[in-house]
Amino acid sequence: MNWTDTKIFGVKWSRLLLNIQQTLYMVGWALLIGTVIGFLLALALVLTRKGGILRGKAAAAVHTVLNLYVNVVRSVPFVILLVTIMPFTRMLMGTTIGSTAALVPLVLYISPYLARLIENSLLECSPGIIEAAQAMGANVFQVIRYFMIPETLGSMVLALTTGTIGLLGASAMAGYVGGGGVGDLALTYGYEKMNTALMILTVVILIVIVQLIQLLGSFISGRLRAHQS
Amino acid sequence: MIRLEHVSRTFREKNLEVHALQDVSLQVQEGEIYGIVGFSGAGKSTLIRLVNRLETPDTGTVRVDGEELSGLKGKALSILRRKIGMVFQQFNLLEGKTVYHNIAIPLRMEGRSKAEIERRVSEVLDFVELGEKKNAYVSQLSGGQKQRVGIARALATKPKILLCDEATSALDPQTTESILKLLKRVNQEMGITIMLITHQMQVIQMICDRVAVMENGKIVEEGNVLDVFGQPQAEVTRRFVRTVINDQVPETFYDTIRSENRHYRLEQLKFIGDTVNEPVIASLCRREGLDVNIVGANISPMQGSMMSVFILQLIGDSEQINAAEAYIDKSGAIRKRLIIDWENRTVTETA
Repeated sequence: MNWTDTKIFGVKWSRLLLNIQQTLYMVGWALLIGTVIGFLLALALVLTRKGGILRGKAAAAVHTVLNLYVNVVRSVPFVILLVTIMPFTRMLMGTTIGSTAALVPLVLYISPYLARLIENSLLECSPGIIEAAQAMGANVFQVIRYFMIPETLGSMVLALTTGTIGLLGASAMAGYVGGGGVGDLALTYGYEKMNTALMILTVVILIVIVQLIQLLGSFISGRLRAHQS
Repeated sequence: MIRLEHVSRTFREKNLEVHALQDVSLQVQEGEIYGIVGFSGAGKSTLIRLVNRLETPDTGTVRVDGEELSGLKGKALSILRRKIGMVFQQFNLLEGKTVYHNIAIPLRMEGRSKAEIERRVSEVLDFVELGEKKNAYVSQLSGGQKQRVGIARALATKPKILLCDEATSALDPQTTESILKLLKRVNQEMGITIMLITHQMQVIQMICDRVAVMENGKIVEEGNVLDVFGQPQAEVTRRFVRTVINDQVPETFYDTIRSENRHYRLEQLKFIGDTVNEPVIASLCRREGLDVNIVGANISPMQGSMMSVFILQLIGDSEQINAAEAYIDKSGAIRKRLIIDWENRTVTETA
């Protein structure tokens, strides 16, 4: 008999490891895709805001729409979002069950949140620096590439760290749609079968994961900001 | 080189209208250092930003090197801006990056090769006398050093024009002086035309060839620095000139002047550069029936030249003093008669 077949607090080790793996899978991919979308959203928000680099009526309209989108999606509780977009999830992934299907609501949920956090980071870049960039003849892309991103990278890493931890919390609820994960374990095996010991174990696992993410995030951000005043 | 014609710019904030610039015209010649002085809110910042089109005028035209700016977009605008370096009061450097990184950015944006960038950065760093700080982080530098990096960054792409937006206003007097000397070198050794805005008259005095004085969005006075300093016309100009050249009657002398019970007049004399060749004061002292009391004196270096102000108490009868006045006027010195109002302790100037 393999050691993974032995049980801990009523579940097999193999089950526990699988669920941890599912959590990391959901958080990892949702973070990656969510960051790309969130970053683009944040950039669009910053560039089109009043006093931003892009001016005019079109920019203002884009800003209003994106701002509304971010606010609306962020207002919906994740569980509700998870259930209501099921048809959309099915259309996209062919199923609503499993870790991969759970990515759709997770990405939809986390990208506006990350957009807000990254927007705040990008706004830390002083208007003076952007003005200097423009005075040098930088185009919009160059302003972003050579000035805004390098100047705010440390702050953005911290923002992503906060977002990742929020994502971890949301992924626990993804168990509801058969997404699995540590949260699912806590709900179905721990809470519903009143296995308190297991519940505590899963919480401890989550605490450890959060600690690791925060440590890593703070470390990277610290390195990036080492010479910033 | 730079030509502004009837430029106006109004900012609208809700119900408030701010006329930042009202019908401003000016011309900056190639190779000169042109200073614009004014108190904050006078419209200087808007004015200087017209030149690299960080601001656009509501009406009027801006030309740089013969090219009208209003139609420029995209690539053409980038090309124009690369011809014009800009230096800022708050430096606007990436603080967390190295000196090298900061100066390399405009070159990287131009797509230069690594070797080219390396060479050019070293060149400009040596010029601003900061060669050994190449790999230091900007956050570790002093204010003066940061401004040197700012200037080096602006020079990296070999511009024809350098715009300085209050470049020395955040620095202490000693550092200000060293930065001004550097700007003078940029002008003389690289042949770069400099347009600067400042609220420090000392900056104008030290390095500018010509000056425009701004108030409430208008240019109230313009001309050669020596002329404007010597005979300021507008009240605001006089106030500015007084911040660097003391042409006032020292209050501590009031009692001495008043205690003179013979007939006297107070005169203010200005000597600019070498326009006066005679020893005017010495000659006055030798005049029969005239006593001369020096109650104020100030000598300021300016533009490689000199401006001196003397306040004299001429003692004698009216005839003698009239003759002395005529002599002074003929010598080429700029003379003004001063009348002290003893009640309010104020001085008025008359011709």
